[in-house]
Amino acid sequence: MQTKFYEKDKLLLVKMTEEIDDNSVQKIRRRVDYEIERHMPKRVVFDFNSVTFMDSAGIGFIIGRYKFVTMLGGKLELANLTQSVRKIFEMSGILKLIPVTDFSETLVS
Amino acid sequence: MKEQVENEMKVEFLSKSANEAFARITIAAFASQLDPTIEELADIKTAVSEAVTNCIIHGYENRIGIVKMEASLKENEILIEISDHGKGIENIEMAKEPLYTTKPNLERSGMGFTIMESFMDSVNVESVVGLGTKITMRKEIKKPEEEKESDSFQFITNE
Repeated sequence: MQTKFYEKDKLLLVKMTEEIDDNSVQKIRRRVDYEIERHMPKRVVFDFNSVTFMDSAGIGFIIGRYKFVTMLGGKLELANLTQSVRKIFEMSGILKLIPVTDFSETLVS
Repeated sequence: MKEQVENEMKVEFLSKSANEAFARITIAAFASQLDPTIEELADIKTAVSEAVTNCIIHGYENRIGIVKMEASLKENEILIEISDHGKGIENIEMAKEPLYTTKPNLERSGMGFTIMESFMDSVNVESVVGLGTKITMRKEIKKPEEEKESDSFQFITNE
């Protein structure tokens, strides 16, 4: 997982790890929350471009970050969902709350 | 004409979360003998990941125990059994409800059984409080002739 903060846009980009399960989520949760607290972003984009596997741990992780970011006055986005990732998010209903975009880094300064 | 496959496997591993990936990679390697599509294989891996995570988080509650995974292939079907000797499930019907979780503080989504049930053809749960839980799942792998996409793919590669 990698994160990148764009100061001008107050945007935090989180590039998700390849395999998202209970094990990997435990490792990245605190790092992501630390970056959110440190930068207080207006937009947090979770990029799933390089995700090859995700189970329900990904749903719990995104719901947790959604609550945290919203509480701090920011907005969440899910970007570049693969077909299998989308299938799992659709089952949970969270796509009704969180917008899906095709975010690309070339769009920000 | 596809060759008839009959095979069995069994593995046991410690209830450590690093073994969630081990379990799903193992089942994918085994299931590939039935020549599944990428999507069917992803469904099986996800269902196994959910079942094994349940054993680790709920069955053993992060104590160290043994998780057992058995699988068999017969004709076009894979049968998978995943079991633990953990604390068991008090109310199976409630556990299966979408979004129901006993561990919201761990950010569990409560979607595990819903995913298993929608990705596999059948899911059966047997559990005895204090003794453990066994999950049995089946999935039929469609024959290649029913898959038009793979036919056209073969046509392209032959050119």
